[in-house]
Amino acid sequence: MKSLFFGGVHPDGHKDLSAGVPLAAMALPAQAAVLLRQHIGAPCQPLVAVGDTVCLGQKIGDGDGLCVPVHAPVSGVVTGIEDRPHPGGGTCPAILIKNDFLDTPCPTMKPYSHPEALSTAELVSIIREAGIVGMGGAAFPTDVKSKTGMSRTDTLILNACECEPYITADDVLLRARPADVLRGVEIVARILSPGRVVIALEDNKAQAAEVLKQQLKDFPGMELKVLPTRYPQGAEKQLIQAVTGRQVPSGGLPKDVGCTVFNAATAAAVYRAVYEGMPVIERIITVTGEGVKQPRNLMVRTGTSFLEVIAAVGGLTDDVWKVLSGGPMMGTAQGDLSVPVAKSTNAIVCLSSAQNGESAHPVCIRCGKCLEVCPMGLEPLYLYRYSGAGDVDALKRLHLMDCIECGCCAYACPGKLPLVEGFRAGKRTLKEGAK
Amino acid sequence: MNLTVSASPHIRGRDSTTRLMLDVVIALLPALAAGVLFQGLRAGLVAAVCVLSALAGEWLLRLALRRHSTLPDGSALVTGLLLALTLPASVPYYAAAIGGLFAVVVVKGLCGGLGQNTFNPALGARAFLMLLFPACLTRFPALGAALSLGELSPADVVTGATPLHHMQMPALPDVSLLDLFLGRAGGCIGEVSALALLIGGGWLLLRRVISVRIPAAYLGTVAVLTLVFSKGESPILWMAYSLLSGGVLLGAIFMATDYATSPVGPAAQIAYGIGCGALTVVFRYTGLFPEGVTYAILLMNAAVWLLDRYLVPKRYGEKKEAAQ
Repeated sequence: MKSLFFGGVHPDGHKDLSAGVPLAAMALPAQAAVLLRQHIGAPCQPLVAVGDTVCLGQKIGDGDGLCVPVHAPVSGVVTGIEDRPHPGGGTCPAILIKNDFLDTPCPTMKPYSHPEALSTAELVSIIREAGIVGMGGAAFPTDVKSKTGMSRTDTLILNACECEPYITADDVLLRARPADVLRGVEIVARILSPGRVVIALEDNKAQAAEVLKQQLKDFPGMELKVLPTRYPQGAEKQLIQAVTGRQVPSGGLPKDVGCTVFNAATAAAVYRAVYEGMPVIERIITVTGEGVKQPRNLMVRTGTSFLEVIAAVGGLTDDVWKVLSGGPMMGTAQGDLSVPVAKSTNAIVCLSSAQNGESAHPVCIRCGKCLEVCPMGLEPLYLYRYSGAGDVDALKRLHLMDCIECGCCAYACPGKLPLVEGFRAGKRTLKEGAK
Repeated sequence: MNLTVSASPHIRGRDSTTRLMLDVVIALLPALAAGVLFQGLRAGLVAAVCVLSALAGEWLLRLALRRHSTLPDGSALVTGLLLALTLPASVPYYAAAIGGLFAVVVVKGLCGGLGQNTFNPALGARAFLMLLFPACLTRFPALGAALSLGELSPADVVTGATPLHHMQMPALPDVSLLDLFLGRAGGCIGEVSALALLIGGGWLLLRRVISVRIPAAYLGTVAVLTLVFSKGESPILWMAYSLLSGGVLLGAIFMATDYATSPVGPAAQIAYGIGCGALTVVFRYTGLFPEGVTYAILLMNAAVWLLDRYLVPKRYGEKKEAAQ
């Protein structure tokens, strides 16, 4: 069968660790640490001070420019504004709230009486005020994406591929709350007015596909597309290629080829914002891997520490090797488990030492397997070499900035080169050179 | 609790350098077995000397450089075996040993080691031996001649003309195509049996160690050129004998596909294969020696960087960008 996108790999799924366990809500944390930067863009400024009492869903941070607000995931008292580790790496100021376990709702948190009558501008404003970001991991502000795609989108794609191994959060969401997702898509479609709406998922989620098929009877005009499982199908550019055959130009955006892609959890968040008045204060997280005792999906309030989330599933095993925010292909390894859950934290994957495939002596044997699997059609072995050498001209010529850091090359590399790590260093060199 | 923090991806595929090299060794075994079967036990001893000298060279070099041992990656084993397959069974053992050491220490190790060398180590060593011991490398024992297992000088060997010697005249060889295909013909240890080489090539393709691009382009070019510029009464027969005689199959399947010394881009690989094929035919037709595979591949090795530089793969989003 003809490939729908370039390259790609087939890592073991490990999804059955968590897919079969029903979704449950995690017990509320005693303290929430609300990171002031949970999106791509400028960090929020705190709107509350130490000692203030906050209620559930209250806006506690906001800012100008490319920024969306953050909300209190519990009610209680602000006990501090301090730096906390960020799941994406580094640290970030966070508002610490001591939970009073009352969940006193904020008065602004109420459903709109006639959601069907809202204008597109009002919908975009609701999405922003609810603090919605790309919840598949990218964390790009959803209101900005919606505005950018307005009148430029002929194909709206719901990304439910969840191509990263281990993660089943979208799968569980689609099975548990399919209507939420589809009504969220409906709202986004009202904003973008595309000619075609495609719900895309991979064929390793047969149950979810069946559930959606039933639900879609109530949503005429949306088509279901079940794609053959292959990583990185859920990467935006690859999904656009798989669904429409179009290629986003180098350095361009999906809107340049008339496409806008939303993640399933993002669509569900849009639904809850518009129909329930709920900002993003909780999300489904897959807590899984051979390094954790009882893998499953949990509904978790943002700001809960990884340590508490892991404790809620029985804790780590003795053989744990890495704890990741996100999946094993693109996630970030955590060193400090006090790190709080952010809006885009879709998984906490705990790998055991059996998954350690790193080598003490990585070497490039020029086998070319990295080229075969690169979904962007790049030459990873040369990008790695010139990244190491800091050769700016060669890196530009070979389009290092097109690299999406999906990790296929490093996954396929028999010499176990740390390719993606090298590319990040090369990209830093390019950015410094551009200044 | 000691958590590891390193860059993504956090999982790796099952392929490893050692696994790939072992697949190449497995793929070479039929050719080695055919060599021993048709040329006698001495062929096996020559192979053993090549392999042991290559392994010793690898071990000693890394020891001298104070680096971790690279013996487990299997690459020295492959180099030793490949070199043996390019030598006549009558070659002196000391020549084989010098070849094994030269391949691993000079052609590979001193150029930066695995993956860094410009020239194919086995062929580089063979070219070196051609200069040092031309008589030992260009005279082949007559088919069926019993070879002593002890050290031999060129004068001790009852030599016979190989199919390529006939073709240089030019004339069609005096062996049937079937004998040539199976390996009942004179030549180097590993090149005589086309069947064994094709079985090995099939294994490499099946295990996805190599792609078909380089061998297909190489053999296709030799086929077309010998058909068009045939020196025989029947162009088809001339082409068939050209493909089955000498080291073309060994070169196209195992030498030209060497990772370190061949291009990585698909278009570059095809251009490289065509270049190897064209040079092979040119050297065979005009050269002093009947065979041209070694120098054809070595010359193309030097052009690898150029091919990879200008024949780059098609990128995602490339066409649209150009249109802007």
